[in-house]
Amino acid sequence: MYKYDKIDQQLVNERVAQYRDQTRRYLAGELTEEEFRPIRLQNGLYIQRLAPMLRIAVPYGLLSSKQLHKLGDIAKKYDKDYGHFSTRQNLQLNWPKLEDVPDILEELATVEMHAIQTSGNCIRNITTDQFAGVAPDELFDPRAMAEIIRQWSTFHPEFALLPRKFKIAVSGTKDDRAVVQMHDIGMEFFKNENEELRIKVWVGGGLGRTPILGTVIHESLEWQHALSYCEAIIRIYNIHGRRDNSYKARIKILVKAIGIEAFKAQVEAEWAHLKDGPLTITQAEFDRVSTYFEPMPYETLPANEASFDLHLASNPAFAAWVKRCVHAHKIPGYRALTLSLKTHGEAPGDATSAQMHVVADLADAYSFGELRVSHEQNLILADVKLSDLFSVWEKARAAGLATPNIGLLTDIICCPGGDFCSLANAKSIPIAQSIQAQFDDLDYLHDIGDIEINISGCMNACGHHHVGHIGILGVDKGDTEWYQVSIGGKQGNDASLGNVIGPSFSADEMPSVVQKLIDVYVQERTPEERFIDTVRRIGMDPFKNHVYAENTEVSA
Amino acid sequence: MSQLIKGKQIAHDEWTRVIPPSFGDEPVRKQAGKVVMFKLHGEETFTQKQIDATLIPAGKVLIPLAVWLAKKESLAQRLAAGEIGIVLQTHEPIEQLVEAFENLNSLPVIAVYVQIFADGRNFTLGNLLRTRYGFKNELRAVGDIMRDQLFFLQRSGFDSYLIKDGRNAEEAIASLNDFTQPYQGASNDVPVWRRLDRSQL
Repeated sequence: MYKYDKIDQQLVNERVAQYRDQTRRYLAGELTEEEFRPIRLQNGLYIQRLAPMLRIAVPYGLLSSKQLHKLGDIAKKYDKDYGHFSTRQNLQLNWPKLEDVPDILEELATVEMHAIQTSGNCIRNITTDQFAGVAPDELFDPRAMAEIIRQWSTFHPEFALLPRKFKIAVSGTKDDRAVVQMHDIGMEFFKNENEELRIKVWVGGGLGRTPILGTVIHESLEWQHALSYCEAIIRIYNIHGRRDNSYKARIKILVKAIGIEAFKAQVEAEWAHLKDGPLTITQAEFDRVSTYFEPMPYETLPANEASFDLHLASNPAFAAWVKRCVHAHKIPGYRALTLSLKTHGEAPGDATSAQMHVVADLADAYSFGELRVSHEQNLILADVKLSDLFSVWEKARAAGLATPNIGLLTDIICCPGGDFCSLANAKSIPIAQSIQAQFDDLDYLHDIGDIEINISGCMNACGHHHVGHIGILGVDKGDTEWYQVSIGGKQGNDASLGNVIGPSFSADEMPSVVQKLIDVYVQERTPEERFIDTVRRIGMDPFKNHVYAENTEVSA
Repeated sequence: MSQLIKGKQIAHDEWTRVIPPSFGDEPVRKQAGKVVMFKLHGEETFTQKQIDATLIPAGKVLIPLAVWLAKKESLAQRLAAGEIGIVLQTHEPIEQLVEAFENLNSLPVIAVYVQIFADGRNFTLGNLLRTRYGFKNELRAVGDIMRDQLFFLQRSGFDSYLIKDGRNAEEAIASLNDFTQPYQGASNDVPVWRRLDRSQL
């Protein structure tokens, strides 16, 4: 993974000093609340309902064991002994003290970490596929480009105060796992017929109050122009994006308002000035950064392994875990695996300090000392030998990290919601927990199969509810919490936004609403259909009719 | 009193900023949502009445672009004498400023005004004035300006900063040196990988 050189380290150290002084000035009354707000946000610090929340950057989801140990230590020292992995592959602390944040940043800097631009109206953490570099279907490992874009976007002088937040995702697979279509800019790397690296550029995607999937603005951009093209797009947005209404300020609204053709014409005109200028990425710079992402020193192993096969045949619990949590790898004899942070009854994405240390130790012992955070809020060990899987499973299971539910109904994507977040209209974690309780039978979960449930506590959509096969949105009606349910959303290449099934429900009703949706699916499905396929085939009505049939308690 | 930082020190401000009088009317705000209005949504603009009533004192003056456009005939000599600088508001199209002057460098100063700190359009405007339109004279940041923008403003081509009233400009100067080796290029700089050989670090 990327290692800081003197330049990177100096920048992060200077940021700590700068933020320490900004905090001092705020506490001394030299900065008003309003002035300090954009400053602290660009350092990932929110003022939450109960305490500040600090969002620590995990660039494109990649962590070293040393970094995870440090995060575990920080969570213990400055927080309540746990952290929350978010849908942007970052780590959030829910209970730090505002005055401790400079010290936390200083500790993070010692392991090449920071909280720069994890919030605020600027370019946020670059995200990508959690299986980058190891996925068999990968056409291009996007991590070096993600790092190049990260550096370009960090403290970008022109884009420090944009109309609204700006999210960039990169992917290098046919089967998109980075949800590029729901980002302000999505970059899908591919090789053209001459084996040249190109980028399909999407613009104007985003969830939030006005969910819109991105539109293609460039079909085949040469990779050398990745930065200059982004710069042209964001420059147009910085000047012309709305600033009068924060709900209308994302780039998607600008693109929608003037139309993709007009927007593209403006971007191309701007790009004509920038193209082939100093922003053109040189082969030397690409190669320099790529050296940090060279393949691990893999052993030459047979594709099969006898002890693994034996465990698989004799241990149904292990087999269930392998089925859900172990993923293909491009190197024979290796696998990637997901450690579930979706233990039934726990807040999705939460990990205790002890669990972080366990995972870091597992990474050291079995996966070259590295791990990844997925946008589905789980942790990934990307390079584990087949022969080690059983040992990893036993240790992960002992630490509560081996719930075999990846991709199943209880692998719920969920924002922190009203328990923590001051933006939320409603709580989201208890809804996830009540659904997990309703579906606690693993055999039944496996029978239901692949399904994604996404929960957001408000229309800011941190839980990505619009692209959930079942999406749940907390809404606020006269001080009581209600939940609006949509079905038919999906991430990936054939992404779609879900449709609301009807009037919203109380928290108590939610497990049975999900149960009824599942009942319709189980009854209507063909043998090979997943929930989303059935919804797409038979439409919303059968689901809607069943959910609302005997339900007399729904509100208007 | 607002204090001016020029270069890297506190400087005497020779320029008087001319602000059109307010008549206590509701400010005119252009509405959002129409394509042609997109640049002007919800932003305060000067009314004709305000522009007409603007008095321009003797000496070096910084006047709003809208006032210049309305009164340029009567101000031509003063422009030639080097007494006119222009204040551009962040919602005003930069092309309008560029087209208004045969030679942009006949202006000793261009000031870019932000109403609020969070408005980052001044960075793009400064950058374009330097890199695209070849403006070589003083580029000044005015309005809601404090030390926390200075590093970015400097890299976006600004070389003077009118720190808002009540803030310590002496201390603010330090922020021009917040970072030693930034990653990106800037109006007068290239990206770090073109600036030095990182493979040797």
